Amino acid sequence: MNVSYRWLSDYIDLSGIAAQELAEMMTRGGIEIDSVPSRNAGVSGVVVGYVKTREKHPDADKLSVCTIDAGTGEDLQIVCGAANIGADMKVPVAMVGAKLPGGLDIKRAKLRGVESQGMICSARELGINDKLLPKEQQEGILILPADTEIGRDILDVLALNDSILELDLTPNRSDCLSMLGVAYEVAALTGRPLNLPEPKKDIYPTSDRTSDHVRVTISAKEHCSLYAARYIKGVKIAPAPQWIQNRLIAAGVRPINNIVDITNYVMLEYGQPLHAFDAAKVAEGRIDVRLAQPGEVLVTLDDQERKLEPQMLVIADAEKAIALAGVMGGANSEVSSETTDIILESAKFDGGTVRRTSRQLGLRSEASARFEKEVDPARVRDALDRAAGLIARYAEGLVTEGVVEADVSVQQPVNVEISLDRINGMLGTELSKLEIKTIFSRLNFPAEVNGDGVWNVSIPSRRGDITRDVDLIEEVARLHGYDEIPTTLIEGATTAGALTKPQAIRRELRSVLTGAGLHETICYSVTSVQRTTLYKELSGETKPIPLAMPMSEERSVLRTNLIPSLLDAAAYNLSRKNNELALFEIGNVYLSDEEVLTRLPQEKPRLSLLLSGNRRSASWNRSAEPVDFYDAKGVLEKLFERLGLSGIIAYAAAQPAGFHPGRTATITIHTERGEETIGYVGQLHPELQRDFDLPDTYVAELELASIYEYADRRIEYRTLPRYPAMERDIAVVVDRGVAGGALTAAIVASAGELLESVKVFDVYTGERIGNDKKSVALALVYRHGERTLTDEEVTETHARVLTQLEQSFGAELRK
Amino acid sequence: MKERLEALRKEALEQLQGVADAAVLNDLRVQYLGKKGQLTEILRGMGSLSAEERPVIGQVGNDVRAAIEAVIAEKQEGFDRAATAHRLQAETIDVTLPGKAVSMGSVHPLTKVTQEIEDIFIGMGYTVAEGPEVETDFFNFEALNLPKNHPARDMQDSFYITDEILLRTQTSPVQIRTMKAMNGKTPVKVICPGRVYRRDDDDATHSFMFHQIEGLVIGPNIRMSDLKGTLLQFVQEMYGPQMQIRLRPSFFPFTEPSAEVDVTCAQCGGSGCRMCKHTGWIEILGCGMVHPKVLEHGGYDPAEVTGFAFGMGVERIALLKYGIDDIRHFYANDTKFLSQFAKM
Repeated sequence: MNVSYRWLSDYIDLSGIAAQELAEMMTRGGIEIDSVPSRNAGVSGVVVGYVKTREKHPDADKLSVCTIDAGTGEDLQIVCGAANIGADMKVPVAMVGAKLPGGLDIKRAKLRGVESQGMICSARELGINDKLLPKEQQEGILILPADTEIGRDILDVLALNDSILELDLTPNRSDCLSMLGVAYEVAALTGRPLNLPEPKKDIYPTSDRTSDHVRVTISAKEHCSLYAARYIKGVKIAPAPQWIQNRLIAAGVRPINNIVDITNYVMLEYGQPLHAFDAAKVAEGRIDVRLAQPGEVLVTLDDQERKLEPQMLVIADAEKAIALAGVMGGANSEVSSETTDIILESAKFDGGTVRRTSRQLGLRSEASARFEKEVDPARVRDALDRAAGLIARYAEGLVTEGVVEADVSVQQPVNVEISLDRINGMLGTELSKLEIKTIFSRLNFPAEVNGDGVWNVSIPSRRGDITRDVDLIEEVARLHGYDEIPTTLIEGATTAGALTKPQAIRRELRSVLTGAGLHETICYSVTSVQRTTLYKELSGETKPIPLAMPMSEERSVLRTNLIPSLLDAAAYNLSRKNNELALFEIGNVYLSDEEVLTRLPQEKPRLSLLLSGNRRSASWNRSAEPVDFYDAKGVLEKLFERLGLSGIIAYAAAQPAGFHPGRTATITIHTERGEETIGYVGQLHPELQRDFDLPDTYVAELELASIYEYADRRIEYRTLPRYPAMERDIAVVVDRGVAGGALTAAIVASAGELLESVKVFDVYTGERIGNDKKSVALALVYRHGERTLTDEEVTETHARVLTQLEQSFGAELRK
Repeated sequence: MKERLEALRKEALEQLQGVADAAVLNDLRVQYLGKKGQLTEILRGMGSLSAEERPVIGQVGNDVRAAIEAVIAEKQEGFDRAATAHRLQAETIDVTLPGKAVSMGSVHPLTKVTQEIEDIFIGMGYTVAEGPEVETDFFNFEALNLPKNHPARDMQDSFYITDEILLRTQTSPVQIRTMKAMNGKTPVKVICPGRVYRRDDDDATHSFMFHQIEGLVIGPNIRMSDLKGTLLQFVQEMYGPQMQIRLRPSFFPFTEPSAEVDVTCAQCGGSGCRMCKHTGWIEILGCGMVHPKVLEHGGYDPAEVTGFAFGMGVERIALLKYGIDDIRHFYANDTKFLSQFAKM
């Protein structure tokens, strides 16, 4: 809502409060003012001139030479380039010495050899938003009404000495979608009295009655609680008076003709949208408010054919729909230059109904914006009368006797009770009875207090947002001033704050991963269907969950895996020459076994990571080293170690989709529930590497639920060894297919208690041992906790280990 | 014999004087003090001396040996020192060349800000609650006093999955879930961080996915002045003790009274600059007293308890804190962007 400061001063004395000051006051009171632009964009020295003659320029086809009476007593000669200039017109004339927006100074000039003593201006040259003007006024100079006084300052004529308060209203304050509502608000803030219009002022009814011309019924009673109509005869369609047009333009509404402009003017003033029908086009003078019929169509005022749905509310005459109730009129009953009699409508349509219709049709209007938020039923008749009076005065209309109404529902007065204790208890203030009383009176809310200090406040219907005590507390708080509320600390028992175990572990994951050089990413939770198909094993059994109305195909379903998000991030980075990538994300995937959701899906927390390019770049003293599988696995091992999970995690070769079939491991966790796969680590499948244009890239994705559950943060201290260890290194030759992990597992199993650790320190393949073989070198450490080991017992144990390796894997000791 | 010994001392000391090389020094040591050296040879003649002379000459012999040894030791030490100095000289490196890089990762700036806020509130006795990102219409809207067709639903056009299930548009549904889980007990003191989703075209200041942190406190006697005190404490811990807050009346369906909260503009300290549009204030969060209907939906009697709630956009806080110019940077995951947040 754009509020003209000058217009507002019709209803309340604003002297001593500049527009900017008023804006600040309103903002601090809860009606946010975005900005306060001046309507004068820098115009001075422009007056109304009368074009006495217009001649063609002797040397230029497109220029005219005009003789202008600008009220100075001497005629001016001005050269003008506009096509729409003609003799006997009133136009804005920038005199020599005038200033125009954009720093333009008007000087005496010669145009193609002809002297010009000023400039005739277009609306745009005066800094007016000419989108609101008729096309012919946009293309040429601004033509003023014939009765405009010659010599008058254009700032007065066009009411440009004004500022606009641009209101950014919250949804509850639709009362301020009207000048009167804003005036009430300013009265509450300033305590100044209101000067409200008298709706019936200009109505002098004819002898015939409105009911002789119009009959109104409401068939769809749930959607319309009140419909009032007036009949006005013999209107003369013409442009509205300049002052009405000025105010409409100030509010951002396009002037059309006197009838339409007056309905819009009253809508802005009262917040009550009105509509004028050409009575000649309303069959039998019948008005019915009903739901649209199946297959019904209506061409609206914007010349669009609208296919109506049965739950849309229409105004119909005896034969057809003639308007979309509360949204837009129909072209078939539009007021035109031939119109003589009109039916004027003022109604209360149901907000939800209007909202649904306007959404379904994608058609929003100033009217629908107001109906959606529920108009004030008390203003329906006043607005109708106010408009009828203005039409009588400015369109020479004859208003018939009486108002035709239908289904006047009884307005239930809203009364709210509230105690002083409740107010002060809720706000932490110490307001007195008198202070509260003053606030209610400034709000124009009648209020009475009983002996117990309980107020009974009757809420005017214009403030439909106030229905209970807390709403009144807010009114008290904002008018008292939020700044005046003290600053206190919560009373009562103190509470201990802490993170939950999953929250703490999540931070631990981040600490390990960033310590290992990975950057945390945050990727979108929605993705394309194609991305969800890349990792079958990670994506669950069913299809991804689709959004009902996605904004694009790329963001049409909830993700079922995390790795593809990192692949996109990696591709993006590579395109920006960030070649060494170490990324991770902690986020959810969304899985459901339902085709159509009837309950919430599972949101599974997961971790993904990606390594690509070099582990480290080349430096002056070190060559570059590309990352490999074991970098990715090493990060995970560090992670599990930190979480106390190393002992229950195992890796095994696997071939899940999307991974390199020879370079991927499943990760399993072994708990009292048994063995559970929690994720995969491996090289990106070469085909995906190609599709995403990535070099060798390693990725992992882990389910976090079990990790959260089994992570063991306890530290079990063991005393430091007091007796020396004995180390034995061995190298065994086995078939290439034998897993290193299997060898170490067999060693641990066969060596028994004396073995402290076993570690692979070399793996060799080559012709010397045969192409289908590999040599694995292992370092075994033996130690006893209570005594020094003897050579014999170590030798015996070691021999047992070798025998076991030989039996299980055909291992040969390499000499 | 005594004369011979003195002569030897003199000769040896003279010779040693001019030695400039460790090898020559060793040769001289052998020549004079070795098993077959000159001193030994002279002393071998001791057997022919009388019992009275023997100790005297022996003493002289020892003196001579000690004197020669002392000079040799002194010389040797000088040579060693020079050799060490030489070696150290040869080992000199260019200490201005860069060290071997240790890779350093980074926590995402949104995580960093979230954790910082979490820690402040944990210090104030709050716990951290989380809830689902895919929500029911009931928890996301209806229980928060936004019935179907409520005009305020316009403010947050949503991603629906079915008529009843949608991507949450705010973290506020976690308020309701927390209240229900508390089963009517007080006090409630939680903050709820998380992802939220709204139908917005992405631009420099809008993202269809973003993050919020919501706070909720419920107790028998919670006042709006407590809300102000809590937010002031938070803001001063987050941005510094010189910061102030300002509440402006506003509207949220789930609070009444409601307020928007401005903090002193960190850029100009409140004197007014471009960043704060010359107001000296920057809007950072919304808050209010929990609406009675919301308390009822959460299982509380609004006549018995009151509460306050607040909510803020993590992106907005991070944009302001770091002076980031475009919200889309948070989701592009450019490592040139991410690595800037590796600092503590």
